Amino acid sequence: MNNTSDPIPISALEHYAYCPRQCALIHVERVWDENLYTMRGRDVHERVHDDSSHEAAGIRMERSLPVWCRRLNLTGKADLVEFCGDTPYPVEYKSGHRRRGVPETVQLCAQAICLEEMLGLAVGKGAIFWHGSRERQEIVFTEAMRRQVEEVSATVSDMLEKRMVPPPANDKRCEGCSLKESCLPSVVADKDRGRRAARELFEAKP
Amino acid sequence: MKQLLNTLYVMTQGAYLSLDHETVRVEVNGDLKLQVPLHHLGSIVTMGNVMISPFFLGKCADDGRAVVILDRNGRYKCRMVGKTNGNVLLRQAQYQAGQDDDHTTAIAAAMTAGKVKNARNVLLRSARESGDPEEERHLRKSADIQAEALFHLKSARDTDHVRGLEGEAAAAYFDVFTLMMKPAERDSLPMNGRNRRPPLDPVNALISFLYTLLLNDCISAVEGVGLDPQMGFLHVPRPGRPSLGLDLMEEFRAFMADRLAVTLINRKQITLEHFEPRPGGAVYLNEKGRKEVVAAWQKRKQEETEHPLLAEKTLIGLVPHLQARLLARHLRGDLESYVPYIHP
Repeated sequence: MNNTSDPIPISALEHYAYCPRQCALIHVERVWDENLYTMRGRDVHERVHDDSSHEAAGIRMERSLPVWCRRLNLTGKADLVEFCGDTPYPVEYKSGHRRRGVPETVQLCAQAICLEEMLGLAVGKGAIFWHGSRERQEIVFTEAMRRQVEEVSATVSDMLEKRMVPPPANDKRCEGCSLKESCLPSVVADKDRGRRAARELFEAKP
Repeated sequence: MKQLLNTLYVMTQGAYLSLDHETVRVEVNGDLKLQVPLHHLGSIVTMGNVMISPFFLGKCADDGRAVVILDRNGRYKCRMVGKTNGNVLLRQAQYQAGQDDDHTTAIAAAMTAGKVKNARNVLLRSARESGDPEEERHLRKSADIQAEALFHLKSARDTDHVRGLEGEAAAAYFDVFTLMMKPAERDSLPMNGRNRRPPLDPVNALISFLYTLLLNDCISAVEGVGLDPQMGFLHVPRPGRPSLGLDLMEEFRAFMADRLAVTLINRKQITLEHFEPRPGGAVYLNEKGRKEVVAAWQKRKQEETEHPLLAEKTLIGLVPHLQARLLARHLRGDLESYVPYIHP
């Protein structure tokens, strides 16, 4: 991997795993609408991100901890890392209710890979906390997950380098996507619609 | 998902705006007149002698909320915005398109077609509603001139050609503008074509004021998507002039501003008493008039419409933002052409 380029934000991996165009709009185009800002997510993260460390019941908790991985050229902040003894246990906070959550798992596993490199320790588990349903879901990092992180990192790196913006998915994902307004999936995916409108523009109906 | 955030217009002279936690306080002579939560506000517009605390300005800059300062007559003085937002790649594409004559002509022609088509629709609507056959004929004739301009715009040679066609169509439009007003109102508020800087009659004063409100919304829209408001296509870039804001505004003039002006006049919501003639002949809306117009403007923006290209329901006030996005996506190569909004 070419480590002279800007490090890849770990959040970009999650965005890419959800939708490559969403990732490009945020990280290539820097489209970051206030509507995304005002989402519940910000609220949840503001509460967890007050970069502090404290200890409870023998577990040291580091909030908003900077994490990075030179090998994969990743950088980011972990919402929360719990240290039971030396072993780090990353916890990612998500608004909403528990989902199957592949993109979230990629993000969390990337944090684990970072922690392993930073601390020289094996990180076998972590958790996603679903703020909406107040559920904590433990994730055991498999080899397949780790490979996925490496693959997605390489693809995202390439995409950012080439400043590519892939075409929209225009499927069920768009319904829940806060970038829909900037992405314009239906019009961009349906070229004929735009062509028809461009043609009719200069026609005066009686 | 996106909501139409309100614009707070402060027109009371001597008012003081300050930040109080997540709200803005509006005080006049030390009395609290209004306190509004900031998350409802997309922008603040002040007119004349209104003071703003630095903390409040800083908060608006952080949140990306524009603060627009107009003089007492509603003429634009300045806007204060925070950090340059968005996308250098988009701006690069915008400048490249501006250097490319064919591309500039295509965008300018599309924008002008939007203006002309919307003007034509407004004329045809008035023609249908007109009770006088002679007047209806005049309105339809002007609509035909718009149709002709539309036809020629399709194969416009260059931007000067586009501007020429736009000028002819606009002249024909303002020739019959008063025919959209009721006869009684025409007598009390006579108008002789379009004039500005300064407006010389009440109708022109009203239209100019509405254009100022519309322009501010259009500048916010282009800035909101990360476009450079000064780098226009139809309007030649000139230092200090929001050329792209003016470009975007063209397609909205007729149905958002002109039609609203006619409605306000025909319903007698705006009458001679809402204007203030100045020695020498300039005419402006007075404070009472400005309040009436701003309230009507806000209401108009809350009306629902159907966006033909997106095939979605939206609020009229959001349409400039949607169009700015369509323009941005076109410049970045996602859409083959820019298609203006045609009001149904």
